[in-house]
Amino acid sequence: MLAAFLDNVDLVLMTIGALVGVAASLLGAFLVLRGSSLYSDAISHSILLGIVVVYLISGDVHSPYQVVGAALAGLATVYLSELLGASRRVKQDAAMGLVFPALFALAVLLINLFARDVHLDEHAVLLGELAFAWLDVVTIGPYDVPRSLITMGVITLVNALFVTLFFKELKLAVFDPGLAEALGLRPRLLFYVLLFLTSVTAVGAFDAVGAILFIAFVIVPPAAAYLLTDRLWAVVAGGAFLAVAASIAGYHAAMWLDVSIGGMMATVCGLSLVAAFLASPRYGLVARLVRHRRQRAEAQILLLLVHLYNHEQETTAAQESDLAALQHHLRWPARLGRAVVARAQQQGLLTVGPDGQRLHLTDKGRDAARQVLEPWRRG
Amino acid sequence: MPELWEILTDFTVRNALLGAALLGVLSGVLGTFAVLREQSLLGDALSHAALPGICIGFLIAGGRHLWPLVLGALAAGAAAALLVLLLTNHSRLKPDASVGAVLSTFFAIGTVLLTYIQNRQLPGQAGLDSFLFGQAAAILPADLGVMAAVAALGLGLVAIFWKEFKLIAFDPGFARSLGWRVSLLEALLTAMIALAVVIGLQMVGVVLMVAMIIAPAAAARQWARRLETMVVLAGVFGAASGMLGTIVSLARPGLATGPLIVLAATGVTVVSLVFAPQRGVLWQAVQRRRTRAAIEGGRVLVDLLQLARAHGDEAFATEQGMIDAVYGADAQPVLRQLEKQGLVKPLPPQLGKGQQWQLTSAGQAEAQRLLEKREE
Amino acid sequence: MLQQPTRHQAARDQVAYAPWERSGGANQAMHEPSLALHIEDLTVSYGYRPVLWDIDLDIPPGVLGAVVGPNGAGKSTLIKAVLGMVPIAAGHIYVFGRPHREQLRRIGYVPQRTSVDWDFPTTALDVVMMGLYGQLGWIRRPGRAEREKAWQALKQVGMERFADRQISQLSGGQQQRVFLARALVQDADLYLMDEPMAGVDATTERHIIELLKELRNRGKTVLVVHHDLQTVPHYFDWLVLLNVRIIAQGPMSQVYTLENLRRAYGGQILLLQGLPAAGHGDTPPGAAGAGAPAEAGDSGTNTASQATATRTLSPER
Repeated sequence: MLAAFLDNVDLVLMTIGALVGVAASLLGAFLVLRGSSLYSDAISHSILLGIVVVYLISGDVHSPYQVVGAALAGLATVYLSELLGASRRVKQDAAMGLVFPALFALAVLLINLFARDVHLDEHAVLLGELAFAWLDVVTIGPYDVPRSLITMGVITLVNALFVTLFFKELKLAVFDPGLAEALGLRPRLLFYVLLFLTSVTAVGAFDAVGAILFIAFVIVPPAAAYLLTDRLWAVVAGGAFLAVAASIAGYHAAMWLDVSIGGMMATVCGLSLVAAFLASPRYGLVARLVRHRRQRAEAQILLLLVHLYNHEQETTAAQESDLAALQHHLRWPARLGRAVVARAQQQGLLTVGPDGQRLHLTDKGRDAARQVLEPWRRG
Repeated sequence: MPELWEILTDFTVRNALLGAALLGVLSGVLGTFAVLREQSLLGDALSHAALPGICIGFLIAGGRHLWPLVLGALAAGAAAALLVLLLTNHSRLKPDASVGAVLSTFFAIGTVLLTYIQNRQLPGQAGLDSFLFGQAAAILPADLGVMAAVAALGLGLVAIFWKEFKLIAFDPGFARSLGWRVSLLEALLTAMIALAVVIGLQMVGVVLMVAMIIAPAAAARQWARRLETMVVLAGVFGAASGMLGTIVSLARPGLATGPLIVLAATGVTVVSLVFAPQRGVLWQAVQRRRTRAAIEGGRVLVDLLQLARAHGDEAFATEQGMIDAVYGADAQPVLRQLEKQGLVKPLPPQLGKGQQWQLTSAGQAEAQRLLEKREE
Repeated sequence: MLQQPTRHQAARDQVAYAPWERSGGANQAMHEPSLALHIEDLTVSYGYRPVLWDIDLDIPPGVLGAVVGPNGAGKSTLIKAVLGMVPIAAGHIYVFGRPHREQLRRIGYVPQRTSVDWDFPTTALDVVMMGLYGQLGWIRRPGRAEREKAWQALKQVGMERFADRQISQLSGGQQQRVFLARALVQDADLYLMDEPMAGVDATTERHIIELLKELRNRGKTVLVVHHDLQTVPHYFDWLVLLNVRIIAQGPMSQVYTLENLRRAYGGQILLLQGLPAAGHGDTPPGAAGAGAPAEAGDSGTNTASQATATRTLSPER
């Protein structure tokens, strides 16, 4: 069966893509919720420096130490950015945008100078091409396996283990770092471990999908899941699920259109975010608009009731309670005024006088107005 | 160096230098506003989002012509900015997630389009590459005209609406209270930043553009006390980095200009962070040292005065050992410093006694002053 | 239920409007030119959640008035609504008889000090000059005349020595004074200020209130969102109690009552009677209030604020 799997080129490529997606989104859920999503942007660029330096030292493009170099570069980026921001000389957002481009530029310079002939090309780094995964195979027993399949498999496993084992601690660190600190859970350390794993995942993802698409996998599926659910575990799992679905769909679309596979996978991720943004039953735009319309209608009725209540006992009551006067005082167009009155009447909150103009509050209406104006009264 | 002179007078080089200078000035000036309004990462989003726009412009125009690429990039940038706003304001997503999602998705669409173009071997697509990854040497003379016009437009608008932009950068709420249409002005400013980003892409490429928005402005901030100065300095730093990076990259074949320009700009920023007066690391460290020295000097002076008074004579010479005991540590270096300031005087060494120190009249006055201040 | 007048009505009857008394009926001039500020039925919502409900407010000219209420009561929103900074769901606002949007030139504004990032490359004088931008109109640059005006304003707030100082190096009180100078330079007839004395030292606070009194004496109208219940009766002569809707408004002596304060703070006010406030002279009737936190079961957004405790004034340096 393993042989059948490995023979199916499409399936293997899809799997690699899916593994990247899952590995990235498992970590990305916490980054997104913490408000640190853009660290994935910084890290995915600066790890190139780590990779290049390791190559220059070891002479081996696929040195196992690459992971170490990349992780160090990634952590250094975050550390330097936070240091710079903390110095107050540069704002936090600008600090990040200073550090990672400089490191990336240095990396490209080193490549230009010393590693021209090697596959560490800026294009490939940024864009990646999943189809090339088959160019780099490792022989295990009777099987030829793409290296990235193994790498991403291991990384995905490690990430999943980390997220599962430290779920509670991560949850607290993200939502209440102060409490986590007080409980001795070391949220900052946990955060840096998270970033370490992100850097490692980025290295693995490099070959497969390139730096920028890695970012898409880190941020977009968890963001979409966050628009669909309130539970943390659901955001994590949902993000992973969306990533897998996007990989499969994206792969087929890319084959059909003859375009970048990774690009298409990330594009599908983006489309799923748009779909969630619009159609999420609780948080989607459509649902919000519907909710707002309802709230606005309620607010309008209440406003009318409050207005009537406020002027009920005054000498000007007759004048203020006049439907026509409503238009002037509340700046409501005639249609709106009539509609609101009709709705309020329907709900038994006011009655309209025989002249069709004068409005009177019912007891129920008066109570509702009082609720707004004097919420501390009991009864 | 004869080669350097040859390089500088070469036509292509002059083009590239002029182009880099124009782009540097524009990104420095507009980057100032982006940085002050904490919109730095918007620059990152705009530059990544430009990719699909550029590809679409390329496809529509049927080749690498500057205007369609620029317009495409601007349109894509506008769409990206709007989407970020939409996502942030109308959903639970925080700004960073919105920026990151839009940035990466747009870029992904861009790679799809790019591979579409590349796989079909459409003519002119090599020029597209240099647009994306920055190659100042590839700037055509025709492009230069466009860039000069755009730079003139951008800088002109900044000059015309100077006080408007200044106020909305500092206090948009107050601007609104004056009756200004702040949203309109902010949109204009964002559009201009987008323009600077799009034009600057040719110089440093998609990934590094964010540094050209931020670095010159961050560097200028360390030196400037007023916005006027900051903007001018940022423009100068941007132009200088652009030209420096371009020269170096042309001097040695095979070096991409983008990284060199960004390293130059970052270098300027680091130097500014360390050496600028008032805000600089070095300056503040020196200040701290001076202050500490002054405090320690004050302590020793007061100690000397009190010791002298205990002996009923303000000119009493105290032995080093006694001073050290009262001060709580070796007071020798502090005393040497006070000597330089003319506040204490060492007595000629006497047999059987340690080094003795005496307050000068100036020293007595100063010590008295410090004592009175302490007792307030 | 109809036997008692409504609380709203009762509060209104309590206030003697005197020369600016409302004569009911449609005969009345619609826009009340004799009033500095005339607000009718104002409702402001943030995303369909009303923050100000059906506000009727009258401020006569030449008063030094305070707007007081618990946190989240809509005080800042009221100011912003008058300045046209927030959209209005219902109602009208008139400044000196004309619609508020036409009168922005006659209104000076002091926003909350924390609404701005003070790490901005500019000097104190520069900030004050920004107050003149409205008068300059589009594109025109400030010149020597403007510099002189700005300098004079800085002098009025005692900050002329700091004209060239970076604003990031100013203390909270100094920053507040710069904002004040910026408003002064607007040469307005109505001044709206949002917590101008929050987080400043006692000396600055005294300076500020002296300045405001001087403005009032010159015939200007000053309306201030004030955070400190205790100092309100000593500083101001007109009071507006706001908690999403108007609880009471009018001359200080008539409105600053125990009953009104109770209603404004949702009944959650703890009163320490008879404690002299150091350095202030007579205690007002009722309270040196220290607010207790809202009870559970208190509905809505109107929790009582923690009013400040007795303040001791430190000696002048």
